[in-house]
Amino acid sequence: MLRARPIDAPFALTHRHSNTEQIYCLNVQAARQGLQKGIGLGEARVLCPGLQTAEAEPGADARFRQVLARWAGQYCPWVGVEDDGLVLDITGAAHLHGGETPLLADMARRLARAGISHRAGLADTRGAAWAIARHGAQLAADATAKPHEAKAPRRTVAGPMGGSANSGGIALKAAPAQARKASPPPKTAPFSIIPPGEARHFLAPLPVAALRLPAASCIRLQRLGIRTVADLTSLPRPSLTRRFGAEVLLRLDQALGALPEPVSPLPPAAPFALRMTLPEPIGLLKDVSAGLERLLTRLCTRLEATGKGARRLVFTARRVDQASVQVEVRLARAMRDAPRIARLFERGLNEMDAGYGIDQIRLEAVELEALPLRQASSYKAAGPDDGLADIITKLGNRIGLENITRLLPADSHLPEKSFSVAPAAYSEAAHGWASPNLRPLIIFAPEAIAGHGSHPPQRFCWRRLWFRVAHIIGPERIAPEWWFDHPDWRSGVRDYWRVLTFEGRRLWLFFTPQHPGWFVAGEFA
Amino acid sequence: MPEILHSFFPPTPGRTHEAQGPGAAFFALMVCAVQPKPCLWMSEKWQAEQLDPWGIAPFFEPARLLFAHPKDHADTLASAEEALRSGAFGAVITRLSQPLTLFTGRRLLLAAQAGKGIGVFLIPEGAGSPSADTRWHCAPYFSSDDSTLHTWQLIKNKSGTLTTWVTRWDEQTRGIIVVSKAAERAGAARPPD
Repeated sequence: MLRARPIDAPFALTHRHSNTEQIYCLNVQAARQGLQKGIGLGEARVLCPGLQTAEAEPGADARFRQVLARWAGQYCPWVGVEDDGLVLDITGAAHLHGGETPLLADMARRLARAGISHRAGLADTRGAAWAIARHGAQLAADATAKPHEAKAPRRTVAGPMGGSANSGGIALKAAPAQARKASPPPKTAPFSIIPPGEARHFLAPLPVAALRLPAASCIRLQRLGIRTVADLTSLPRPSLTRRFGAEVLLRLDQALGALPEPVSPLPPAAPFALRMTLPEPIGLLKDVSAGLERLLTRLCTRLEATGKGARRLVFTARRVDQASVQVEVRLARAMRDAPRIARLFERGLNEMDAGYGIDQIRLEAVELEALPLRQASSYKAAGPDDGLADIITKLGNRIGLENITRLLPADSHLPEKSFSVAPAAYSEAAHGWASPNLRPLIIFAPEAIAGHGSHPPQRFCWRRLWFRVAHIIGPERIAPEWWFDHPDWRSGVRDYWRVLTFEGRRLWLFFTPQHPGWFVAGEFA
Repeated sequence: MPEILHSFFPPTPGRTHEAQGPGAAFFALMVCAVQPKPCLWMSEKWQAEQLDPWGIAPFFEPARLLFAHPKDHADTLASAEEALRSGAFGAVITRLSQPLTLFTGRRLLLAAQAGKGIGVFLIPEGAGSPSADTRWHCAPYFSSDDSTLHTWQLIKNKSGTLTTWVTRWDEQTRGIIVVSKAAERAGAARPPD
C-alpha cells in the first residue's frame, strides 16, 4: 500500500479482531513512537496523534506472498510459503549466484529496489533460519547496542491489489555439507547467516519465541523464567515433555537439526493455461468465439505435443469492470480437437454476459488425461463414437455429467445388485450380457401384497388393481449374500415366482419363507 | 382396409411418437431393439423405475442403451431436444410427467427432423400432444404359453387409419410379429370370455 501512496509519517494498517480495531502492521516511524503490533487503535492514537491508518487486507497479503514465491524461484526451485514469509531450500543452488552471501545480497538489493522491506536468515535447518530471520536482528541490536542501525527497516508494502503485504522473513536453508564463506554479515545488511554447525551457539541467546512455539507455550515458559533457547536446552527433556507437550521439544530439535523438516515447494503453475489480453474490449459473440478458437488451437497443439487430452476446460473472460465470467466445459472423453471443443463451448458462450466488454480471456485445461496418438486407420469406431461423446458432453453440461449413466454387469446373483449404474463419461460399455434365468424388464423396490402360504395367491391387489393369477412359474430361490449386509435382504431367502395374470401383466412376485410375506419386485415383458 | 403393422412400426424416423399404457416401456424398448444405433432413455431423477439390463439382454444389447436423469420437466425437454437434434441416437425415449404444450411439441418435432432419430415419449394416459405422428396404447396381453404378447392399439395416426394389433417378440427373426391382426379391431366387439 505504501508503494502506491508513499507516506513519510507514522502509518499503520488496522484490522478488526474480537470487535476492536487493532494494529495489524506498522512502519518504522510508527514503531519509533512506541507503537506495537496488536495494540488497540484508540491506544495507538493516544501515543501517536499523527498516526495515519488504513484497513488491512489479509487476502492480498497471501496473494502477494504467492507472487514473491514465484519471484524467488529464480534463486532455487524449492520455494515454500509460510504464514508470514517464504522459505527457500538453497541446498546446491547457492554457487550459481556466487555463494551464499552474494545470493542474499542480490536478493536484498532487488527487494529494496522494489520497495519491499524484508529480513533474511540462512542456516543449516529451517527452524534456525526462521529464528535468525525473525529474531536475529534483535540479537545483533543488543550485542552492538546500536538499535536502529542493525535493525532492518520494516516498512509496510503493497500487494498488487492495494492491500497490505509484509514480507516478514525469508528463511533460507542450506545443507551443512555445503562449502561456505564464513564471513560475518555486515551489520547494516537485512540478512544474517549462521555458519554451518553453529546453530546451537547462535540460537542460544534468542528468546524462546524464536522456536516457532505457540504464544501460550511461550508465556508459560517465560513465567517459569525460561526466557532464552539456552535456558530451554539446559533443562532435562522428560520433564519438558511432561509439562509442555511434545511440540516444544519437536521445535527445538527441528531448529538444532536433530529432526528433519523438509520444505514443501509450491506446485508448479499449470502449463496448460493460455491467456490473451486485448487492446480494445470486445463484446460480440463472434469475436469472443474467435478469441477462444485461437487459444484452443494453441492449447490443443500443446496437448498433442505432450500426449494428453483435456477432460475439463475453464474459459475465463475478464471484463473491463474487473469482474470475470467463467464458462466451464466438462468433456465426456479426453479430447484435443480444437474445432470440436469450440462447438461444445457454444452454449456457455451464448449465456455469458459480456457487460461493458471483455479485455482479457484465459483458457485453462483443469483436468487432463493421457491421450496417446492413434493411427487414424486402425481406429474404426472413431466416427459414431465421437458423435456420442459430444452429445454426452453437451447433455452433461446441462444436467451434470454424472446424471448420464449406463448399466454395467456386477458380480452378484441378487437381482438388484447384478448390475451397476456408472457414469457414461467415465466407463466403457460392457458387452456380452447373457443370463441363464429370465429376468424382468423393469425392477422396483419390493411392494407388499396380501398373501398366505408359500404358493402365490389366486387373486391379489397391487397398485390398486386386482389381478387374477392364470399361470405361475417357479419358484427360483435366491439366498442373500451372507458376506455382505444388505438391509433389504434381512428378511432372508426369497422364492421368486413368475406370475401370469388374466389381466395381461406378467409380474415377478417373491415370498420370504423366513418372515412370511408376499411382494411384487418386477414386471416382465 | 386393414393396415399392416410394419407400415407403422418401427415408427417413422425424424418424427415424434407417443406411447401410453402399462406396456409403453416394452413398446419403447422394442423401438430400440429394431434399429441398430445407440439409444437414450431419459426419465426425471425422482422416477424410481429401473430397467434391468439382464431382462433387456434377450431383446438387444444393453450396451446400446444410455440413461439420462434430468432434474425437472424443463431440463428433460431441453435435453430431449438436444439429443434428438444431435442425430447420435437412433431413438430417444423420454418419460414425461406433464403433457407437452403445442410449442414444446413442435420444437421437439423439428429437433427430431433435424437429427433423423425416432423420438418416443412415454406419456400418462390421455396426456397426448398434437405434434405426435402416432400415438399408441400398449398393454400386455394374457397368453397361456408364457410369451410376450402385447396389444398395440394405434389411437392417433397422422398418415393412416387406427388399428389394433396383437404382437409378440419373435426370437428367430429378432423382431416384432403380428399374432392376429383381426383379434381386436378398434371398435369391434370383444369376443366373449
